[in-house]
Amino acid sequence: MFDLFGTTLPSRLLLGTAQYPSPAILADAVKASGTSMVTVSLRREMAGGRAGEKFWSLIRALGTRILPNTAGCHSVKEAVTTAKMAREVFGTNWIKLEVIGNHDTLQPDVFGLVEAARILCEDGFAVFPYTTDDLVVAERLLAAGCKVLMPWCAPIGSALGPINMMALCSMRGHFPGVPLIVDAGLGRPSHAARVMELGFDAVLLNTAVAKAADPVGMARAFGKAVEAGREAFLSGILEPRELAVPSTPIFGRAVFS
Amino acid sequence: MKLMVNGETHEIAATTLAELLAALDYEGDWLATAVNSDLVHKANRAEFRLSDGDRIEILSPMQGG
Repeated sequence: MFDLFGTTLPSRLLLGTAQYPSPAILADAVKASGTSMVTVSLRREMAGGRAGEKFWSLIRALGTRILPNTAGCHSVKEAVTTAKMAREVFGTNWIKLEVIGNHDTLQPDVFGLVEAARILCEDGFAVFPYTTDDLVVAERLLAAGCKVLMPWCAPIGSALGPINMMALCSMRGHFPGVPLIVDAGLGRPSHAARVMELGFDAVLLNTAVAKAADPVGMARAFGKAVEAGREAFLSGILEPRELAVPSTPIFGRAVFS
Repeated sequence: MKLMVNGETHEIAATTLAELLAALDYEGDWLATAVNSDLVHKANRAEFRLSDGDRIEILSPMQGG
């Protein structure tokens, strides 16, 4: 269970809907993952409305909550207008806000992100900002009105997994009361488990599932990893130690010499 | 009137955004429209008058991550 903006989501795994081999596999992967929220986008409709209709019907049939994104937007204006268009089409004020700053790394333009977040929060949006793990940027996003943060753990689609655990750890420590969702860069279930073990509230991923040899199996594996990581975090993880410590009691052992 | 629709130039007689959508056979509640980078609500399309050179974006739901 996971609360966001007064809404309880049963799953801490958020799943993207792009790059699947087929619509049927997307639907099966969503079900297998156990996710309760999927991300979608808006693109130019070139078939009189029929292209969007097919996808929209498929998504609605999944029965999950929808988180529209502003993927591909490179300016504040583009992102704000796309968010407003998404609110009208999808009927939700939730928006995954992306303002991309670099073509190669797809890293966020954090300056534009903060500005767009302020505009959208003032307009009543519940903004999920795709950001870096920078603490100062995070503070500015919170000051702009964001109630949740979505730091990357590696570049989008890279599958590298968490490349700066210290920064993620620091972020969790600095913002104990803010829902934190790792968005982008996860490649395998163990990556998801690692960030969940740190105390992150959820993960959002797409490519690692969609481009797996068996997306449905991988979706199920990620669902389990997210649950395992969360339960481990709540259970209190043993800190690493420099020296060996026997796990079997020393007291009462037999002496044969 | 010359209009730029989803990046393509169209020579079209439509005077409102609703007329343009009809002329180009667009239909569906899942469409979102913007003119010159600003959202035009569905409810306002019939009154929204187009001008020569306007840039129109017509978007619909698509896969996203």
